[in-house]
Amino acid sequence: MVLSPQDKTNVKAVFGKICGHADEYGAEALERMFHAHPQTKTYFPHFDLAKGSAQVKAHGKKVAAALVEAANNIDDIAGALSKLSDLHAQKLRVDPVNFKLLGHCFLVVVASHNPSVLTPEVHASLDKFLCAVGTVLTAKYR
Amino acid sequence: MVHWSAEEKQLIASVWGKVSVEECGAEALARLLIVYPWTQRFFDNFGNLSSPTAIIGNPKVRAHGKKVLTSFGDAIKNLDNLKGTYSKLSELHCDKLHVDPENFRLLGDILVIVLAAHLTKDFTPACQATWQKLVGVVAHALAHKYH
Repeated sequence: MVLSPQDKTNVKAVFGKICGHADEYGAEALERMFHAHPQTKTYFPHFDLAKGSAQVKAHGKKVAAALVEAANNIDDIAGALSKLSDLHAQKLRVDPVNFKLLGHCFLVVVASHNPSVLTPEVHASLDKFLCAVGTVLTAKYR
Repeated sequence: MVHWSAEEKQLIASVWGKVSVEECGAEALARLLIVYPWTQRFFDNFGNLSSPTAIIGNPKVRAHGKKVLTSFGDAIKNLDNLKGTYSKLSELHCDKLHVDPENFRLLGDILVIVLAAHLTKDFTPACQATWQKLVGVVAHALAHKYH
């Protein structure tokens, strides 16, 4: 699946609008994912996952930073996330299905905070972008 | 049989009470066809689906979206017997419509996003979790009679 020039424009526009809240959105996406898909908590036995957890906030910030980096380097997401891709393949080995779950929750967060931003066309572009990020992060798994 | 806590039932009812079935149904189906364009394969007779604008304005899409979400209302009234409620619809989707059940999961996720956009901060993580469970169970019930 390929990001069209319009997709790239749409994604950059979304991140332009939400960049001030990216950290919060990252944390909220994780919180929603842990709540709606409790099996995802198995990757975080070392975390306090209670509401308002500082560890979840910090991790949300990391997730958001990676998404922002990918959006800022949208012509070469694989290059931008190469180290993260190595990390996920060699150390973290998060099952690929979970990237879809987090991506979906990120969309829910954007929708609930900025419904007017998430037009159907932008929704499609952002969904494609999040899929592309997931694909890059699992590309070196085998 | 799926168990629903009192809190879950309350979260389902409170979200449903705030929803325009016609608007949300139309929007959910339109977004499904736009975000996952391969789902258009089931709707050859719907006329113009050539662009997001065409899809959103298409009266058949609106009508069918309303029909689909109205059926969700039936699920909500029969939370304790979803397989029974959807038995005939499941057979229909398998034998006549030939719809891959993965599409029910796709539509369920789109519905959750539409609800988030409409309810904004009222669509709390607890609400989302309950509705993810509901759309999952509905998808499962619709796939149950497949053979």
